[in-house]
Amino acid sequence: MAGKKPVFNTQILNHPPVEQTGVEERAIRFTKRSIKGPSKMQGLHMVLSMIDLTTLEGKDTPGKVNQLCTKARHLHDHIPGLPTVAAICVYPSMVSVAKKALQGSLIKVASVATAFPSGQSSLRIKLADTRLAVEEGADEVDMVISRGKFHAGDYQYVFDEIAAIKEACGKARLKVILETGELGTLDQVRKASTIAIAAGADFIKTSTGKIQPAATMPVTLVMLETIRDHFYKTGKKVGMKPAGGISKSKLALHYLVMVKETLGEAWLDKHWFRFGASSLANDVLMQVAKETTGNYQSPNYFSID
Amino acid sequence: MATKKKWEYSPAPESKQPAAIASRYELFINGKWQKPSSGNYFNSINPATEEKLSEIALAEEADVNKAVQAARQGYEKYWKKISPTERGKYIFRIARIMQERARELAVTETMDGGKPIRESRDFDIPTAANHFFYYAGWADKLDFAFPNKKANSLGVAGQITPWNFPLLMAAWKIAPALATGNTVVLKPAETTSLTTLKLAEIIQEADLPPGVVNIITGAGQTGALLTKHTDINKIAFTGSTEVGKIIQRTLAGSSKKLTLELGGKGANIIFEDAPIDQAVEGVINGIFFNQGHVCCAGSRLYVQESIAKIFIKKLKDRIGTLLVGDPLDKNTDIGAINSAQQLKTIQSFIKIGKAEGASFYESDCALPKKGYFCRPSLFTNVAQSNRIAQEEIFGPVLCILTFRTDDEVIEKANNSPYGLSAGIWTDKGARIFNISKRIRAGVIWANTYNLFDPTSPFGGYKESGFGREGGLQGLQPYVQLS
Repeated sequence: MAGKKPVFNTQILNHPPVEQTGVEERAIRFTKRSIKGPSKMQGLHMVLSMIDLTTLEGKDTPGKVNQLCTKARHLHDHIPGLPTVAAICVYPSMVSVAKKALQGSLIKVASVATAFPSGQSSLRIKLADTRLAVEEGADEVDMVISRGKFHAGDYQYVFDEIAAIKEACGKARLKVILETGELGTLDQVRKASTIAIAAGADFIKTSTGKIQPAATMPVTLVMLETIRDHFYKTGKKVGMKPAGGISKSKLALHYLVMVKETLGEAWLDKHWFRFGASSLANDVLMQVAKETTGNYQSPNYFSID
Repeated sequence: MATKKKWEYSPAPESKQPAAIASRYELFINGKWQKPSSGNYFNSINPATEEKLSEIALAEEADVNKAVQAARQGYEKYWKKISPTERGKYIFRIARIMQERARELAVTETMDGGKPIRESRDFDIPTAANHFFYYAGWADKLDFAFPNKKANSLGVAGQITPWNFPLLMAAWKIAPALATGNTVVLKPAETTSLTTLKLAEIIQEADLPPGVVNIITGAGQTGALLTKHTDINKIAFTGSTEVGKIIQRTLAGSSKKLTLELGGKGANIIFEDAPIDQAVEGVINGIFFNQGHVCCAGSRLYVQESIAKIFIKKLKDRIGTLLVGDPLDKNTDIGAINSAQQLKTIQSFIKIGKAEGASFYESDCALPKKGYFCRPSLFTNVAQSNRIAQEEIFGPVLCILTFRTDDEVIEKANNSPYGLSAGIWTDKGARIFNISKRIRAGVIWANTYNLFDPTSPFGGYKESGFGREGGLQGLQPYVQLS
């Protein structure tokens, strides 16, 4: 989006405090809704369509990324009518490979950037990293915030850095990874979410997947509530991406219940909600197959690219 | 773009099978099921479907006399003589059988009273069993509860329970009475007798000596006979302030001990530094738990003016996500109103509130065609002078008032004939202690609401009653110290 670069206003730090016990109690309630039959089928299709199929390894090769892209396009051709995943998520060096492999499909290519996963580098390097990803053709950029600066209380730096990366993204949508497993408290999660949104994030994302704990329901709930507050204030939507640790269909459906009851149906769309996951897709496919045929099938019937 | 299909949850009704409700229930006197002297029975209906569930014996004077006599005999012959450790064993046994029959009790409670199965399954039944476990532990440790004193039992306790938490209230009453060596005649509310009668089955199964616990059923008339009976040493009542006053007049001049747990109009106070989103949840839980049929419901909401606008907006949005409907469906957040009469009371208060000029807002959810249902709702622009802010509505209706300073809100919160419960939501620990010291309420929750534990005493100030139930303090009304 073209426009003025946002300016850090310290007032955004005056957000309400977060009560951990209350958040946890609320999060449990989302797991008590009943999702069966047609409701489950619809939910599972939604989950599939919202997955950012991810490979972020030192040993990634063009061969591996090509195979992953094939999986993205052909989740499980034995079952007709399945959606494709939302995106493939890779390192900048693999963007051009993925881009080429996904040509002609609607699947986006997301690239991590900004000295992922630690973010321990200079802004100059991070901007260059981002530009590389965008030049290679990334539709989406997943950046990490500087947690060190955040813990040191330099919120101005964290804000400006996100704003600068956003500018470097150009047309690419920016997902801002807070790495909540390193933030310590839900109050800090709320603060980091607020800063990221104010600085121009299109999505806020929990984790890199390299740190434990990764995404949890309470953490995601606090981030969704921050998004809701922003929407109340400005009428503008921001997306949400929990990542890491969501590998089972049931848990993914609980997340969708949480999104539905916190932000409403409008967010139940891959444009506004994503799962960052590598093994979730196959578990969902097994469930879909079970709903279709009535029987659970061996995992060996589902490809593991 | 094609319009997306809305994502709905699937209906998940609990099976009625486990409830195993008999077509008729007799009186439980002297360890046996006995027919009422008059031969009269009354119907118990399911408020969610208006269908008859069972018919229940109506206890009249002869039956009340018989029950009290059985309790006296049970006291003199068995319960007084039995060792405290043995007493404890019996109570533990009741608790364990309740756990074994938890599903049956939960489904019955929901069918009989209209509360969501999620609540009866996750709250009512487990908490009731926990009360028995807790007081079973005290039975042989009364010397430690009252150091340097001897705790003597009183004799026969007459107990009357309300319709909002039938089994839980029976547990609150029976468990401490038995632990301290008293015997019991208990009368449940006439609209919700079934789980108490199932508790009688459990007591029979636990093989308590005859007459130690007697359950008689009937309406207010039966209760009045019980309170007037001369061979009773102690009356414990939970219910309306109106009836509580009548009982107090009845007992004046007698030697009977009395505890009353009556109405309330709980003040739930939200300061501007509160954890807003969790406070919204707390307010929702505070007023809509059990359809608002909770004596300690946070029915008066005080929001600091600086955050009132956003807070009310969030409340309204949240009300929109509450699912109202079949109480047996595990998705249901708000079940059926307990009786046609209570629904009428709630509706008349809504009318009064509108006439008083307060702004009314309710969920736009559809209601089932049959049964007694009420949408969750709230009033804004309410003043202390409005009747809806002063009187207990006992339904899913929240009254919202605003305030500016700590002193002002304390004064307003205390400006009520009731004093049962209050909630304080703030990030400042010091403020929690300061405010809670100055609020006249028996139970005060900080940054949460409607949380219960057997170890924690519960009871009121002013017209909300006197005496405490639960915890160490809950033993006191059932003993004479020497």
